[in-house]
Amino acid sequence: MAELSKTDEPQDATPNVSEVDVVDARTEEEAVHAIEAPVERGEPILQVRNLKKHFPLTQGILFKRQIGAVKAVDGVSFDLHQGETLGIVGESGCGKSTVAKLLMNLERATAGEIFYKGQDITKLSGRALKAVRRNIQMVFQDPYTSLNPRMTVGDIIGEPFDIHPEVAPKGDRRRKVQELLDVVGLNPEYINRYPHQFSGGQRQRIGIARGLALNPEIIICDEPVSALDVSVQAQVINLMERLQDEFNLSYIFIAHDLSIVRHISDRVGVMYLGKIAEIGSDEQIYDHPTHPYTQALLSAVPVPDPEAREDRERIILTGDVPSPANPPSGCSFRTRCWKAQERCASEAPLLAIPERFKGADSPAAHESACHFAEEKDVVHAA
Amino acid sequence: MTTIEEVVPVPSPRDGGTDGTPLLEVRDLHVEFHTREGVVKAVNGVNYSVNAGETLAVLGESGSGKSVTAQAIMGILDMPPAKIPQGEIRFRGQDMLTMSGEDRRKIRGQRIAMIFQDALSSLNPVLSVGYQLGEMFRVHQGLSKKEAKAKAIELMDRVKIPAAAARVNDYPHQFSGGMRQRIMIAMALALEPDLIIADEPTTALDVTVQAQVMDLLAELQREYNMGLILITHDLGVVADVADKIAVMYAGRIVERAPVHELYKRPAHPYTRGLLDSIPRLDQKGQELYAIKGLPPNLLRVPSGCAFNPRCPKAQDVCRTQVPDLLPVTEQDGTELVGRASACHFWKETIHG
Repeated sequence: MAELSKTDEPQDATPNVSEVDVVDARTEEEAVHAIEAPVERGEPILQVRNLKKHFPLTQGILFKRQIGAVKAVDGVSFDLHQGETLGIVGESGCGKSTVAKLLMNLERATAGEIFYKGQDITKLSGRALKAVRRNIQMVFQDPYTSLNPRMTVGDIIGEPFDIHPEVAPKGDRRRKVQELLDVVGLNPEYINRYPHQFSGGQRQRIGIARGLALNPEIIICDEPVSALDVSVQAQVINLMERLQDEFNLSYIFIAHDLSIVRHISDRVGVMYLGKIAEIGSDEQIYDHPTHPYTQALLSAVPVPDPEAREDRERIILTGDVPSPANPPSGCSFRTRCWKAQERCASEAPLLAIPERFKGADSPAAHESACHFAEEKDVVHAA
Repeated sequence: MTTIEEVVPVPSPRDGGTDGTPLLEVRDLHVEFHTREGVVKAVNGVNYSVNAGETLAVLGESGSGKSVTAQAIMGILDMPPAKIPQGEIRFRGQDMLTMSGEDRRKIRGQRIAMIFQDALSSLNPVLSVGYQLGEMFRVHQGLSKKEAKAKAIELMDRVKIPAAAARVNDYPHQFSGGMRQRIMIAMALALEPDLIIADEPTTALDVTVQAQVMDLLAELQREYNMGLILITHDLGVVADVADKIAVMYAGRIVERAPVHELYKRPAHPYTRGLLDSIPRLDQKGQELYAIKGLPPNLLRVPSGCAFNPRCPKAQDVCRTQVPDLLPVTEQDGTELVGRASACHFWKETIHG
């Protein structure tokens, strides 16, 4: 695979992203020590820099040659602070789940760095990587397929302890699992039941208990409630918020439902075709969006209020998301954008605070990757 | 495949339906499934009606019986295990349940059509979309292959699929999710039916595409003055397109209301709970209200009101007596048109 050099392309100038305090650990001992060190609330715990994942497209059976690449994630940078929830929204195929896999180290990044407490986890191995993995856990989308049907709930939640026995000594595990069941609002006596004996909402609670088992610092939630019924969604969201306070967790919350993301997130990043289009606090993104894609996305969300529908402006995008194997030149959104001009085709906009809002003390002054960024309130009726 | 004669005795002209009979009327419909564990009562006495040009939204969680009701109307339930022990489904005044299979086939597809949720699994992967669209014309109208294909292209144009003539021989996997759903809509529209039943038509789509598809559906409905039954669990989509709403829970309609009324003043605790439990885009609240508990198992529906174990207002009467769907009135007794609630305490719910 072609090596991607880090300097041949302009990079996003993201002033909100703070300087990475790289910990130069020479021995494994030092690395583990750095990973176990506590982080102050509000300090960056996870720092992602120019992260890329390109999946190769090959041709031929015996002699495979690469004919292209699906640019699933193409230069993403953000910070996650201790104790906050960062929401990531976008349509299917925009790369949000690939970001989750990269953060979990389930996929190898093509380029870029992920710093966890100053350690680049894409380069770690051995004990240090194991320590990182204990601290970053995941809750999956589909509670029906993410639990092994042949294992009891006790085995499912207790399995992480087999890999990390230091968290719970052998004799203590059953009690620990029952505690976890209690924490997520399930009856501790259900420990010997199988997943099929539970409803969707209860299964998602089991998935959350498994994520909590190793006392992680970060939980990555990939569409945790989209498979659930409306009345059960609220229960799970409330549970996740309670657990965040109780265990001092940081969440990365990936979803396509913009209303839920607003409810739970402190900051929100909007992704389009492997890039972040706009990122800011929930108020900045929802009440003062400046990127046309964010505005279209927000205006397309049906609001459960028939009074509001009459006087709400709706932006209906034409067409579908282009293929990430062959993205448009320049700004990747230009093919569906009503503001697109020649400049958009030739020059890719960088994620930065737009020139016109720079220095202005307004909520519109947040990072947006558009040449013609303009504030427009699409959520509130005129 | 049989060709059905063009002469259909059932339909009266589309514009002549003003004699008071609704386009479709479902009366006291019951559906049950006989399984090894027992009898699952999926639908327990559902009543609703749709007029031409009107959109009825049927709202409910999974297992509330909303899709089963639709399948009973279409006559596509597998019987057995399903059984319809009682009820009537009247299309332009004629009961479809007592009709012969042949008469029913003439209505299905021609007069009432259905759009399914998952377009990828509803389309045949080994036949081109043009062939599948043309099948409607070949089977129902006896057109030749060539004529059918020309009609298929016309239809694809009408649902705004770009380059229809070039794509008519493509297979379903070559289309994106939104385009596939357009093909499903085109198929339902093919014979210009009087009524379309759309079962979660946009659930599998992204929001931007969802908006496109709902817009298209609304536009076509206006153009042809069709009745539309929209089955969904999304309160946002309902608010955008529906005229009236029927809320279902455990196989019954628990509340019926015109769309504005329902959102302003719900008259059933379940509807109120649903409305309170969805996060809103334009406001950021504190903790979400959550309806406690889980939807009931239809093998063991709770006695009395099925919602009573989850209801904050439940009293003793709720555990013993099934509430009827009764008209809702203002405090001074004036009738609220089109509103009904199946709750013993609807007065307290709506007025205070």
